[in-house]
Amino acid sequence: MKKIYNKIMQISGNVVVLSATGIKYGELAVVTSERGDSFAEVIRIDGKLVYLQVFAGSGGVSTGDEVRFLGKQMEISFSENLLGRIFDGTGRPRDGGPALTKNLIEICGPTVNPAKRLIPSSMIHTGIPMIDLFNSLVESQKISIFTTSGEPYNELLARVALQAKVDIIILGGMGLRYDDYLFLKNTLESEGALSRSILYVHTAADPVVECIMVPDISLTVAENFALRGKKVLVLLTDMKNFCDALKEIAITMEQVPSNRGYPGDLYSQLAARYEKAVDFENAGSVTILSVTTMPGNDVTHPVPDNTGYITEGQYYLNNGRIEPFGSLSRLKQYVNKKTRDDHRPLMDAMVQLYAYYQEVLEKKAMGFRMTRSDNRFLKYGVLFERNLMNLSVEMPLEEALDTGWRILSACFDPEETGIRTELIKRFWPESKTTD
Amino acid sequence: MKNRGKIVGINKNMITVEFAGDVKQNEVAYAVLGDNRLKAEVIRIRKNRADLQVFEDTRGLKTDDIVEFTGELLSVELGPGLLGQLYDGLQNPLHKLAGELGFFLHRGKHINALPEETEWAFTPCVKPGDKLQAADTVGTVKEGSFTHKIMVPFHLSGRYEVVEIAESNKYSVKEQIALIKGKRGQLIPLSMMFEWPIRIPVTLYRERLDPAEPLITRIRIIDTLFPVAKGGTYCIPGPFGAGKTVLQQITSRNAKVDIVIVAACGERAGEVVETIKEFPEIIDPFTGMPLMERTIIVCNTSSMPVAAREASVYTAITMAEYYRQMGLDVLILADSTSRWAQAMRERSSRLEEIPGEEAFPAYLESTIAGFYERSGFVRLRDGNTGSITIGGTVSPAGGNFEEPVTQATLKVVGAFHGLSRDRSDARRYPAIDPLESWSKYTGIIDNQSRNHTVRLLSKAHEIVQMMKVVGEEGITLADYILYLKGEFFDNVYLQQNAFDAVDMATSEERQKKIFSMIKEIIDATLDLNNKDDARSFFNRIRQLFLDYNSAEWNSNDFLENERLISVLFLKYRKAGKEIEPYIFRQALVESDMDSHFIRSKTAKIKKGEKLLMVKEENEEDI
Ligand SMILES: Nc1ncnc2c1ncn2[C@@H]1O[C@H](COP(=O)(O)OP(=O)(O)OP(=O)(O)O)[C@@H](O)[C@H]1O
Ligand SMILES: [Mg+2]
Repeated sequence: MKKIYNKIMQISGNVVVLSATGIKYGELAVVTSERGDSFAEVIRIDGKLVYLQVFAGSGGVSTGDEVRFLGKQMEISFSENLLGRIFDGTGRPRDGGPALTKNLIEICGPTVNPAKRLIPSSMIHTGIPMIDLFNSLVESQKISIFTTSGEPYNELLARVALQAKVDIIILGGMGLRYDDYLFLKNTLESEGALSRSILYVHTAADPVVECIMVPDISLTVAENFALRGKKVLVLLTDMKNFCDALKEIAITMEQVPSNRGYPGDLYSQLAARYEKAVDFENAGSVTILSVTTMPGNDVTHPVPDNTGYITEGQYYLNNGRIEPFGSLSRLKQYVNKKTRDDHRPLMDAMVQLYAYYQEVLEKKAMGFRMTRSDNRFLKYGVLFERNLMNLSVEMPLEEALDTGWRILSACFDPEETGIRTELIKRFWPESKTTD
Repeated sequence: MKNRGKIVGINKNMITVEFAGDVKQNEVAYAVLGDNRLKAEVIRIRKNRADLQVFEDTRGLKTDDIVEFTGELLSVELGPGLLGQLYDGLQNPLHKLAGELGFFLHRGKHINALPEETEWAFTPCVKPGDKLQAADTVGTVKEGSFTHKIMVPFHLSGRYEVVEIAESNKYSVKEQIALIKGKRGQLIPLSMMFEWPIRIPVTLYRERLDPAEPLITRIRIIDTLFPVAKGGTYCIPGPFGAGKTVLQQITSRNAKVDIVIVAACGERAGEVVETIKEFPEIIDPFTGMPLMERTIIVCNTSSMPVAAREASVYTAITMAEYYRQMGLDVLILADSTSRWAQAMRERSSRLEEIPGEEAFPAYLESTIAGFYERSGFVRLRDGNTGSITIGGTVSPAGGNFEEPVTQATLKVVGAFHGLSRDRSDARRYPAIDPLESWSKYTGIIDNQSRNHTVRLLSKAHEIVQMMKVVGEEGITLADYILYLKGEFFDNVYLQQNAFDAVDMATSEERQKKIFSMIKEIIDATLDLNNKDDARSFFNRIRQLFLDYNSAEWNSNDFLENERLISVLFLKYRKAGKEIEPYIFRQALVESDMDSHFIRSKTAKIKKGEKLLMVKEENEEDI
């Protein structure tokens, strides 16, 4: 039985309040205003008062408008028919195709029992040395690209998506600029990947609250495909917009903000989404690669900060390349012990040496005379940046490792690298060019 | 008769309930949702309304739904069978839940913590007529490699007399093993298990002792420079990705204690998986048993209910107190206490309490202090000692230690292992910053040598800063060598590779040995005539030491490397030790290790001053 009311008592922000009974916490309602229908969700019950968060925003909603409670939570259609389709932030078709109404499933299902999780074990090869060699991406990982607006993060996202050997790609767009949306869609299309993709896209022009549903819908669909044995890669861009929507609602609800206006439960809210990344025993997996833009490139901003504490690493995309410092894949150690014996030590040594290079650069900038050893580092830095860091470089891992050794031997004596003798014996290239 | 109420308000995981009879603070109640009963705890009472935090997802509840009060405080089960278990924050066994529910944690499902089917070989140690009180032993069972004492339940006050005691045989935890009689003649049957409310500390010991004995973690920088004591407390604050969790994981594996309780509190679920899967396979060299048999995991990860996260650290510490009562040394590793504090903050905000700094509740400090105070090295009534050591990670917002949780924690702990972004970025793991960290405890190396090396590091750091200003050519050869010595000590001793099978754990014996070798090199005057020679010498000796560190103790490789090191060293060693006063010349760190935190700050300022001074001195040279 559906309950219908038409006396709204309070409207503020995107929240409307009315008096109703027998309403369930989390239940969905439809608010019909002159602007059309919008979903709304019960976010608080206080005696007879029911607080509804209106997805399309409260603009134009009148106190006399009709509110129809549906008696159920947000649901979404799930089937193979989703593949190749494009929807908006609440699951309505954006591509002119038919609406899907069959086989409805609830979103935001329960958490996976930690006892059922598996140790991650397969590497996702991307062909990008800064990822494969230095911070390998791993199936079932949740990892974010930390960047600023203007950087080519959506290009990087698309490139990883196309390279990765996964069964299904789900793109969740939040506050996407329209041309970014078109870029992502067209790239998937032109590479023939659209037929194995599903897009849930909320653009910057859509009502803010609608973007809150995007991660939940994308991840619920991903989880269900994974349970049916599919390897799913979920791309979420840009989570900063998701957090800002949360902030807006928290402020409307007069919650005391904890940090720069963001609610105190920002961490838990983000974690609830990111923790959906999982590898199911004898079934498929969900891997999450998200984008987090940092205002003013400030990693201590609450959004990147909380994200960093939740994800299993981050890629810093800065000046069009993935920085070796700060970038970190926390699952890399599960996979890089099985690739090649030199993978780990080479990776560590190269980053340490690159850190010294940065120091030398500083010294140089201050006008100090460069010593012989300084010059070696300078050469190293240039070779490293040109041959491995440059985002246009694309090569398989083996080749990236060999390139790494070649760079080292072109710049240093073996014992300057801090790599164990046994590995030096095995991998140090024969012919050595010194400075 | 069950006391019941009905829901009048719902706000995320908090429900407001109207009731008629009596309701207790922290009492457990269940919200009835169809066939499901959602566990909740009373956290505030005002007139005839109680606010309850629900330990599960509240979606679907509505006003007028029934809430059943139990009259019981939130408690855990104590008895044989806790070791090796994986629990959620409310002590539900997760493996069993997985067996019944599959992949997901559906709400409203509770399973008893202790396996009821398991039978334990019980040996009595009292006879009828014996006098007993709470926590006295009535018998023992063998739990893994431990003698597990079956004790008189902690909540029984006063004296009792044994009426009946079971004979040596196998019993399950719920079977009666004794009957005791109180002063007023009341008869109380005892089984091998009982319950204890998690928010109330167990204090059934004779006295609390000074935590004087080091707890060996087999992590060099900790044991040598910033030791932890049995019964002490320490914290590991650090920005994300700096290595807090990895540090705790290797500690849980290698620490020399009887029992380790891992409290994975509001962090990633994936991080406990390795422990769950690998610990049953790794054999503990000291007991010969799988590591899992000395481990309990309490796992309430970030996407599990927030209210249960708040409770989980208490669940962990209560089990620790139970094992300490048997005379065992227990180590609790809580990752991360910030998530626990945040759970408190979420609760406080829903209660609309007046917020303090960064919206944390005003009682944050006293709550943190209260938790760490449950640690301690104690003498029990039977004369034995037991200990609880607590190590908690802190995840400060923005990596800035000047925030409420870090500051409140620093006030109450005995050692501070501060991780720094600079060190982790440079892959100098474990990224404990030797110039910021401190410990009030005594470790395996005498305090004088400890301070001596910290001074060297501090001096080396100064020289690095100086070189940034005046360049390598602007400093003397002696300073340059000091800098290289500091780097060398950092590289081969402070840094430790967590993923190398050998280097991962360094025994006390081995630490003492390498430390003395390194100290000799550091203290020696070396025959190095220019900076290039110096650099090349230290590169070579570093290389040898790295190989040495990953060679099995006393293996051929090990001995061979040791020989090579000493050959190289002797070749460059000059007689005399005149370098030593040089390090001390501008000593920054007082030997008094008491006001450490303030000290590290003043040291920083002093460093700045020094820097300016040095610059002036050198200006004439340039
Ligand atoms: N001792 C170590 N040796 C080698 N690598 C390490 C070490 N400690 C940390 N790392 C690297 O750093 C990564 C992050 O470490 P860790 O997960 O412990 O960080 P954290 O401080 O717990 O971060 P968070 O606060 O986000 O949980 C690891 O996945 C590993 O790659
Ligand atoms: Mg961690």
